[in-house]
Amino acid sequence: MICRLPLSAACLFVQTGGSRFHRPTPYLPFLCNAMENMLSIRHLKKYYAAHKAVDDISFDIGKGAIFGLLGPNGAGKTTLLRMITGIFFPDEGDILIGDKPFDLQRDINRIGYMPEERGLYKKMAIGEQLVYLGRLKGMPREEARQKARFWTDRFELNTWWHKKVGDLSKGMQQKVQFISTILHEPDILILDEPFSGLDPINANLIKNQIFRLAEKGTTVIFSTHRMEQVEEICQHIVLVNNGKKILDGPLEAIKNNFKKNIFRLTLKEAPQEQPGDETTAFRIEEITGNMLLIRLQEGCATNEALSYFMQKGYEISSFQELLPSINEVFIELVSGTVPVENH
Amino acid sequence: MRKTWLIISREYLSRVKKKSFVIITLLIPVLIAGMLALEIFLAMGGNKETQHIAIIDHSGLFSGHIKNGQQLFFTSVTGPDTIDLASRYQQKGFDGLLIIPAIDLKNPHGFVYYAKHQLGMGPYLYITGQLDKIVENNRMLAAGIDAKQLESIKSDVNLLQPGDGTHGSSSGHSYATTAATIAGYVLGLLTYMILLFYGMQVMRGVAEEKVNRIAEVLVSSVKPFQMMIGKVVGIAGVGLTQFLIWIILGGVAFLALSPLLPGATHTGNAAQLSGAAAHAGTVAAILKALPLGKLLGCFLFYFLGGYLLYAALFAAVGSAVDQEMTESQALTLPITLPLIISFFIMFNTIQQPNSPLSVFASLFPLSSPLVMIARVPFGVPWWQLALSMILLVLGVLFMIWIAARIYRTGILLYGKKVTIKELARWAFRKW
Repeated sequence: MICRLPLSAACLFVQTGGSRFHRPTPYLPFLCNAMENMLSIRHLKKYYAAHKAVDDISFDIGKGAIFGLLGPNGAGKTTLLRMITGIFFPDEGDILIGDKPFDLQRDINRIGYMPEERGLYKKMAIGEQLVYLGRLKGMPREEARQKARFWTDRFELNTWWHKKVGDLSKGMQQKVQFISTILHEPDILILDEPFSGLDPINANLIKNQIFRLAEKGTTVIFSTHRMEQVEEICQHIVLVNNGKKILDGPLEAIKNNFKKNIFRLTLKEAPQEQPGDETTAFRIEEITGNMLLIRLQEGCATNEALSYFMQKGYEISSFQELLPSINEVFIELVSGTVPVENH
Repeated sequence: MRKTWLIISREYLSRVKKKSFVIITLLIPVLIAGMLALEIFLAMGGNKETQHIAIIDHSGLFSGHIKNGQQLFFTSVTGPDTIDLASRYQQKGFDGLLIIPAIDLKNPHGFVYYAKHQLGMGPYLYITGQLDKIVENNRMLAAGIDAKQLESIKSDVNLLQPGDGTHGSSSGHSYATTAATIAGYVLGLLTYMILLFYGMQVMRGVAEEKVNRIAEVLVSSVKPFQMMIGKVVGIAGVGLTQFLIWIILGGVAFLALSPLLPGATHTGNAAQLSGAAAHAGTVAAILKALPLGKLLGCFLFYFLGGYLLYAALFAAVGSAVDQEMTESQALTLPITLPLIISFFIMFNTIQQPNSPLSVFASLFPLSSPLVMIARVPFGVPWWQLALSMILLVLGVLFMIWIAARIYRTGILLYGKKVTIKELARWAFRKW
């Protein structure tokens, strides 16, 4: 009887409220096909008068990774992002892009940042605005115009080129905002709550675009407090709360590490009597008709549980491990370890 | 630098291309022309409210000596007509009735004026002035100064005989003070309006970017300082463009109209136009009495310096505005207050260009753009001008430095009502 410990758990970094140990997070080969670090954060600190907005946070992001920065409201995400985008200077710590220290003059054009609160000039025409914002990121005028044409075509905004932003629907404005963020083909794309206020169709459009950009090597940092979006998109996450990092690792590894050994077992027919007892390898959590939720006992294998049912003569339709959602992990960590401030 | 230039050109073009810019730029000269036309109309006597005033003179000293004014005509009434005139003067066609008692020259009192309406300030001053003069004359005569002596004394008093403008050099001196006063007023007023108008534009522009939330998008591409400078300089360009258009329009108008105005006196066919012609002649004489090149240079310098200084402050306040522009009232006061105070000092400066207050205010950077430009037509010692300019340049640099520090904090701060104290803290805190 061998207890399975997920391999990836070794690569997991968990910092609980009290203990403060640092360890660089290793990368899992299957997650980061290109191994170089695009962005490294080293002991970053930003203190306001009485408030530690970012308190000694470190992590690395590989090239082409889709990275989730999670945390409740007021956790310090926006401050962290503003330091990465060069809007704020850190009080302490370093930001490395590639292997070089962040240099505002050189690196500001390599970053695309979409803030949570969207902003465009309402009275400026879409085409003109996109070209202007692209040029502010250092693009030559002609190139900015071509790229803007390309993207407005792709997002079906081409007939709106001369229309003012204020005349667009909110969803369309969001698309314009997204185009303005990626127009200059940034190496690092930072999206703060990119899907808020988007209908599912437009959200999908943008989601697919994010995947496509990541495939091409763009590093995507995706900040949100909406956990279900993280599970769909991110490969690697960092969870911050009260300015501190409390979790850092690949998504799958985190889920495995926080799994409760709960499985869903569907039988052909509903069981006549309650299966299992004190001695079996599992405990019953819940029975709904022919569907059972079972918890595997510490140190036991799934086959033991399955063979119990087979011996009892039940016909098994399906058997599946239930991993915790990131939402559950998040709530467990945030409420269990560090008190969450209400903002 | 390239990005700053981009911002400048956007700020500039987005404003110049607006319809409202074209309308305002064309409308203001029309308004000014209208005001000038009105003034000429008034000067030519188009708005005379004539009043006929009856005088009953019990003293016998005044009747025949009170001169008719341009709008006031006096008729001495004697004999039986005086009976009950106080109740009948209106029926007799008079607008007012002045009753002069038999007065004691040493202590004249008891003058009574009856009228349906209160006397306006002008007529009031005119009548009391006339009465004063006659009392004075009579006192001097009583003191033994004869009429001829009196005349010779008086003629010396009239220094400012209007010239015809052709003897500019010889009669120019008599125009110098008038010219300087008018130039001082016009330039001071113009600077005040420009600073306030364009300063407000800067503030609104900054607040708009913040409320629109485009500010955070922009600061991920450029430094806040570049944003601020871009806006300030771009709007300065708008102002200069507007001036340029006005100067061109004014030049064209002057060239188009100049053959008409002096021509009127030569052809002599329109007596009414002589007033306007005299007006034009006066303007020419006034212009000749001024150091125009120096004035224009100083005006440009103080306009730009004052604009940069105040626009930077307005930008700082704009960055602190949150959602509602009405909130900015309390914050704009510390900026508009020095402007308004300078404005009042400027009026005083025109009266006494070299008073200690005038000299100080023309050196102090917050007030020098208004006060110095009003002083320049009267002549300013070169060292004061130089010192004032140096101080203004230093003041501009300091204000931009302060404003930039407030701006970069304010532009990203939301949901907080900002006080002046807080602004000061942003300006001087360690970054």
